[in-house]
Amino acid sequence: MFAPDIILAAVLNGLMTGAVYALTAVGLTLVYGVLHIINFAHGAILTAAMFAAFFAWKIGIDPYVAVFALAPIFFALGYALQRFVIGPSSHGEDRNILLVTLGLSIVIENLLLAAFRSDTRSIDVPYGFSVIDLGFTFLSVPRVVAFAASCAAAAILWLILAKTDTGKAIRAVAKEKLGASLVGIDVAHVYAVTFGLGAACLAVAACLLLPTFYVHPRVGNAYVLVAFTIVVLGGMGSVPGALLGGLFIGVVESLSGLFLGESLGQIGIFLIFILVLLVRPTGLFGARA
Amino acid sequence: MSADAILSVEHASKRFGGLLAVDDASLVARRGRITGLIGPNGAGKTTLFAMISGFIVPTAGRIMFEGADVGGLPPHRRAVAGIARTFQIVQPFAGLSVRDNIAVGAHLRRSARAEALAKADEVAALVGLGDMLHRPASDLTVSGRKRLELARALATDPKLLLLDEVLAGLNPSEVRDVVPVIHAIRDAGVTIVMVEHVMQAVMSLCEDIYVLAQGRIIAAGAPREVTRDPKVVEAYLGHGAAARIAAREEAARG
Amino acid sequence: MSPLRAYGPILLLGAALASMPFFAASNTLLNAMVLALVIALAAQGWNILGGYGGQFSFGHAAFFGMGAYGTALLQTRFGVNAYAAFAAAVALGSAAGLAIGYLSFRSGLRGSYFALVTLAFAEVFRILANAWPFTGGAAGVLIKLDVRAETFQFASRAVYFWIALGLVVAVMLINRSVERSRFGAWLVAIRENEDAAKALGVDTFSVKLKAITLSAAITAISGAFYAQYFLFLDANIAFGPWISVEALLAPIIGGLGTVFGPVIGALGLHFVAEITRAVAGRVPGIDLALYGTLLVVMVAFARDGIIGLLTKARARLFGSRA
Ligand SMILES: Nc1ncnc2c1ncn2[C@@H]1O[C@H](COP(=O)(O)OP(=O)(O)O)[C@@H](O)[C@H]1O
Ligand SMILES: [Mg+2]
Repeated sequence: MFAPDIILAAVLNGLMTGAVYALTAVGLTLVYGVLHIINFAHGAILTAAMFAAFFAWKIGIDPYVAVFALAPIFFALGYALQRFVIGPSSHGEDRNILLVTLGLSIVIENLLLAAFRSDTRSIDVPYGFSVIDLGFTFLSVPRVVAFAASCAAAAILWLILAKTDTGKAIRAVAKEKLGASLVGIDVAHVYAVTFGLGAACLAVAACLLLPTFYVHPRVGNAYVLVAFTIVVLGGMGSVPGALLGGLFIGVVESLSGLFLGESLGQIGIFLIFILVLLVRPTGLFGARA
Repeated sequence: MSADAILSVEHASKRFGGLLAVDDASLVARRGRITGLIGPNGAGKTTLFAMISGFIVPTAGRIMFEGADVGGLPPHRRAVAGIARTFQIVQPFAGLSVRDNIAVGAHLRRSARAEALAKADEVAALVGLGDMLHRPASDLTVSGRKRLELARALATDPKLLLLDEVLAGLNPSEVRDVVPVIHAIRDAGVTIVMVEHVMQAVMSLCEDIYVLAQGRIIAAGAPREVTRDPKVVEAYLGHGAAARIAAREEAARG
Repeated sequence: MSPLRAYGPILLLGAALASMPFFAASNTLLNAMVLALVIALAAQGWNILGGYGGQFSFGHAAFFGMGAYGTALLQTRFGVNAYAAFAAAVALGSAAGLAIGYLSFRSGLRGSYFALVTLAFAEVFRILANAWPFTGGAAGVLIKLDVRAETFQFASRAVYFWIALGLVVAVMLINRSVERSRFGAWLVAIRENEDAAKALGVDTFSVKLKAITLSAAITAISGAFYAQYFLFLDANIAFGPWISVEALLAPIIGGLGTVFGPVIGALGLHFVAEITRAVAGRVPGIDLALYGTLLVVMVAFARDGIIGLLTKARARLFGSRA
């Protein structure tokens, strides 16, 4: 088999990736927790954000700088999408939301395809290949940055939810929609803010991914299924669950890639996904009732 | 269990987390009679019905139907056995016509479409929905929806019919229309257990009454005895319900 | 509804379409029609479970792929006769439906959860088919060209067209008979309100299982026919998201839970795609972008699909008929 340090290296790498996964999953789970819908457009929004980061880099803005512009821009886009498209067109029915977000994902993905074709693009930042030597293995600097920044972003999100009035309104709506609207909370606004926050998380994730990854119109698909898995694993709607789940899935992917080879690596994730859905749809890590 | 009991609930309890919604409740429904289950809001009446019909698994206790323990059966098997229920919060098949709604119930014992539709027409006429057959269920008024609940349950040809506040939300004249329907169902041989707040109807329909308060059966007997029972009055007054009932009766009279 | 009124229009539509090759026999047109009919079949399958039963699958590619790979592999790897392979592949697809349905419905999955788990199953199959040497890996499978009726291969596209049309019409007849059966009534009841259905004695688990099995079988027919027509497939064709999307889109555009909906939707979508290509040229993705837009627009403004719009228009023109 493999030497322990190779396995340890794989675990560390998995944690790095897992942190970004966690960030993409946090947005999804937040939206689920509040709106009780699965946003099937999540992957496509991530793709769009990666393209945005890519073109920012093209005009000379480093992704780590662009993130400060893209996060608010995507917040606004997400807000508008929920407020003006998803909300009104779904007439408040879950089945419709399912279809509308699926429709949006198809639209976004294919407009990107039409505009940029299926070419794979990547950026070439100076720090792209810098590494930290741990003795038994090397850690790529951009991935360490991604890890740290994802944790920071999650912490900021937590602060927003815990400390601000908007955060309180979001939690109120998540708990009891009717009650929240009775005490004067504008539910449609809260929904849109939540959606915006989810999109902002994706913008951050996109900027963190780009230096070590590539972008093409379907790149979000790979992430969204992973994000679904994490959300289900962590318990639909649970933000801490998504964080733990993200790290866990990162490690699982890294290890199953090591043992099964690249192409089958993802199978491990899906099998966990299906298993959790079937056996414990409420998630593994302390899910909401 | 007495010989003429079709249903007997034996020491049933249901706990929701910290709340004991039904607490060691026992009751018997005698074949061919109308049994009333009354009690203040939140007493556990709907929960008890849900246990009888299989939607909620009791934390403890037995549900005996026609001498057999049906406690382990899922809802649809209890319907097959002959237990039908209506929902307090009406659950119509909103996108279907009134006729198709009722036909779903009728299909339980009729596999042919034509027979099910014929049965639906017959039941609809009985409950007074005869002229609404082809309207979507979502078009019905509150009273129409309650009748639809009743019609669908009836179409399954039940032996035991559980009616959960089918008269609530109806105006006095509508109540006066539905009461004879319930009588007719009983006369056709169906045993009925009904949860009801409209006391006038309870008094005129029920032969036996059980009173549930905070999950416990606090009184049982003939209507006149039960309503004079001080425990019962207290249970209602405690929740401020007595005044409301009096007001409703007033309204029904006036 | 009398049998004549129930089944007559289906046969009429079938007959009208069947005459098409006599008027317009260009290979391009026939090719487009065959593809549209393949989609229609897949959509008819989806419509049983999603349209009548209200269980939205996002992974009908799983069944399409089982049909396609089943047909192709049984012929290429085991030398099974094409027709027998076709039948076996359909059985395989419905078995997959039964298995996935059993697992998900037993766990009580509905709504988004059901959509997710079906999506995941399709993806697992796709990744496996893409990696496993037995299924030809990423290179896919090629059915040997051998144009003989015995091998289910024909020189004339019109023959494929008639076969596809025959299958679509047959499934329409099946769907109509489902509508007029107790099973159909129960299935629709589950869509409308599962608890109420249970209270009325509907064994919702077994009805949903039957529905997904039938649904998967029909979509597997579509996949098997696809393989037989194109004689080539790979994991992204057979188990790819495209077919899951088209299978659900067509009924939604045409009219959910109706006999004609999936067929009208599939033909309509194809028509739209052709026009888009004519206008926008062969820009990749533009047709799908339009599909996505249509999906959102239909959900927003015409939830009963084209059929619903037609019914409303008729009601407005001739006064409402109950
Ligand atoms: N599914 C449930 N989960 C938790 N508590 C419940 C549930 N259903 C009912 N309850 C609680 O159980 C008690 C009895 O409710 P219910 O049976 O509906 O009373 P009734 O029908 O007599 O008004 C109430 O306090 C109610 O809030
Ligand atoms: Mg109640």
